Amino acid sequence: MIEKHEKIEKSATLLLILSFVVVTIGGLVEIAPLFYVQNTIEKVKGMRPYTPLELAGRNVYIREGCYLCHSQMIRPFRDEVERYGHYSLAAESMYDHPFQWGSKRTGPDLARVGNRYSDAWHVQHLVNPQAVVPESVMPRYAFLAKTEVRSDDASLHLKANVVVGVPYTKEMVKNASADMIAQATPDSDGAEAVVARYPKAQVRDFDGDPSKVTEMDALVAYLQMLGTLVDFKAYKAEDNLR
Amino acid sequence: MISLGKMAIYSLGLVLAILAASKAHDSLFAAHAVVFALACAIAIIVTAKRTGFGGNTAAATNSGEYMDSVVRAGTIATMFWGLAGFLVGVIIASQLAFPVLNLEWAFTNFGRLRPLHTSAVVFAFGGNALLTTSFYVVQRTTGARLAFGNLAWFVFWGYQLFIVLAATGYLMGVTQSKEYAEPEWYIDIWLTIVWVAYLLVFLGTLYKRKEPHIYVANWFYLSFIVTIAMLHLVNNLAMPVSFLGSKSYSAFAGVQDALTQWWYGHNAVGFFLTAGFLGMMYYFVPKQANRPIYSYRLSIIHFWSLIFLYIWAGPHHLHYTALPDWAQTLGMAFSIMLWMPSWGGMINGLMTLSGAWDKLRTDPIIRMMIISVAFYGMSTFEGPLMSIKAVNSLSHYTDWTIGHVHSGALGWVGMISFGALYYLTPKLWNRDRLYSLRLINWHFWLATLGIVVYASSMWVSGIMQGLMWREYDAQGFLVYSFAESVAAMHPFYIIRAVGGAMYLAGGLIMAWNMYQTIRGNIRDEAPMGGVTSSDASPAKA
Repeated sequence: MIEKHEKIEKSATLLLILSFVVVTIGGLVEIAPLFYVQNTIEKVKGMRPYTPLELAGRNVYIREGCYLCHSQMIRPFRDEVERYGHYSLAAESMYDHPFQWGSKRTGPDLARVGNRYSDAWHVQHLVNPQAVVPESVMPRYAFLAKTEVRSDDASLHLKANVVVGVPYTKEMVKNASADMIAQATPDSDGAEAVVARYPKAQVRDFDGDPSKVTEMDALVAYLQMLGTLVDFKAYKAEDNLR
Repeated sequence: MISLGKMAIYSLGLVLAILAASKAHDSLFAAHAVVFALACAIAIIVTAKRTGFGGNTAAATNSGEYMDSVVRAGTIATMFWGLAGFLVGVIIASQLAFPVLNLEWAFTNFGRLRPLHTSAVVFAFGGNALLTTSFYVVQRTTGARLAFGNLAWFVFWGYQLFIVLAATGYLMGVTQSKEYAEPEWYIDIWLTIVWVAYLLVFLGTLYKRKEPHIYVANWFYLSFIVTIAMLHLVNNLAMPVSFLGSKSYSAFAGVQDALTQWWYGHNAVGFFLTAGFLGMMYYFVPKQANRPIYSYRLSIIHFWSLIFLYIWAGPHHLHYTALPDWAQTLGMAFSIMLWMPSWGGMINGLMTLSGAWDKLRTDPIIRMMIISVAFYGMSTFEGPLMSIKAVNSLSHYTDWTIGHVHSGALGWVGMISFGALYYLTPKLWNRDRLYSLRLINWHFWLATLGIVVYASSMWVSGIMQGLMWREYDAQGFLVYSFAESVAAMHPFYIIRAVGGAMYLAGGLIMAWNMYQTIRGNIRDEAPMGGVTSSDASPAKA
């Protein structure tokens, strides 16, 4: 055995090839099936791609590193289900490029934070977290309310998502910029079209400042829809045993 | 001729970068194009100066000797990035204790500084330590000069540029949010180019070797380079919004993306922070102890079982998530199996000292290396423990994980790097010995106690946090709100910051010691352990 190993020790090529082969096996066995097995690619009623405004808010969430302190993955334990709601399904992050499950709860889980607090609470909390939760160690994000959200390239964002597999229609891509603004402008002509294209989309002036559509609008729109798409009264867990 | 070709490439890079900056889709991409253009401009100026002074290229003049200039630069870079990374760590630890330190400014918020800290210690400090020591070790164990002339210098500076692009990106908000793989698509492409050059230099040197056998340290370095290339390429597959813009969308989504990321993430630990550093252990511990490696047979088993098993362990980061149960269980089983090669490696390192244990008393460098191997053993015991699903249900999402990472990173990765740098510095600058051995002793104790303070505060607070979240009262109601668990963390966050600051203080002492050694000074001090300083000197070995 040891004598045979000499062969490898005397050839850099052999060492390179063999060690590469050895390190590929684990990944292939574990990851490849996830693209085929039923319970990781199941479709669950209610799931739809993000609206352009929600997507912009999600990008703010990523940019500011929110995932470093907040998870979006509720585990099937009594305490977590009571604290945060129904445990998370694989399908609920099927349009998440990249996923935002997180790995640390310096702050609470946000997988189902949508519709739990008012928009005003979220805005106040983001501007000064300690004003609403004195124990909080969260940084302040007041600058979001002053920064207008970029809408001119929204269709490019949707297109990139189409390339990686998100089923945005041509119509959604074409109207992306208009939809982004309309979702935060309730009385506008486009508002109804947003809901038609994206069922359950919430149309409001999220940040309470009607003069412009800001990154605060986008982020609150994203937070308010988290975990709200799947109707768990109609969902049967037995159909998706994992 | 060579310098003309180089000038052409740098100039092309400069022109493309300026074009990219002017046509950029967003201001962040433009800023990075300007950084890249500056790097090209500096490269052009330096190349022009060198050529002007009559072809003063090291490759041409001393092709027979070892190429140590790049190792010297790497030694300084490792120390510099180490201090930067530790400092940012202390800052963000303090921010969690006192949120006012976020300064109400986007650039200094925890969310942007945390990737800066992790990348600075893992990729800037750890990465430079790996580049530097691998370039040194591969030359000494093959008897050959680094292959492909000055390509090693391209690897060195190219890697520093990667660090600068990544770090400035984090501060501006350029991130793809995959932990330890945060840099966006164009920075990933740049790192790929640098990494291929690194593989060429390392492999080319192995091909040129004058020894028939490839020494075990090089097996570990080689598998680290190859595996990181594979992980980096797959995990960073993404579709840019614009090819002149800073934002991209990951090729994978949800559960597939999660496992790809933690397949990457856990093996950034397994191959970047373990295999590569084991290469360091296999060279520097026997050298400093002046003893052969304990068991050659064990080295072979250690190597193949470690690289085979590590790859499977990723799913233990996703216990009880939407990842299918079979994948979680597989990850757990392999994580527990991983305990064996990890401890096999630890035993191989520790037992190398058999017959020379007295050196622990007199040689603070050996002490540093041995405590690092001891911390390696401790954190590779804790890791499999935490990968057990029942334990993980408590530990996951808490600060226990943070404590675990730091006992490995500060204890194993940090200490073995310090030991290697202390070994290298007098040799690279032709000094009899280090400026001061007593200062190493100070560094040793500050760092060790700092880790103990850090890890134990995170054990206590992490377990407390996990227990508070699941605490029920007699009526069947949850006892604590989430905010109450945050408030309970406060004293432990302060203790943790103190532990980190001690570790940073040790690093500062080391930087001073290295600076004085490089300048050629020797501190007038009483010898250590009751023997004369020449006995304790590493130069003797």
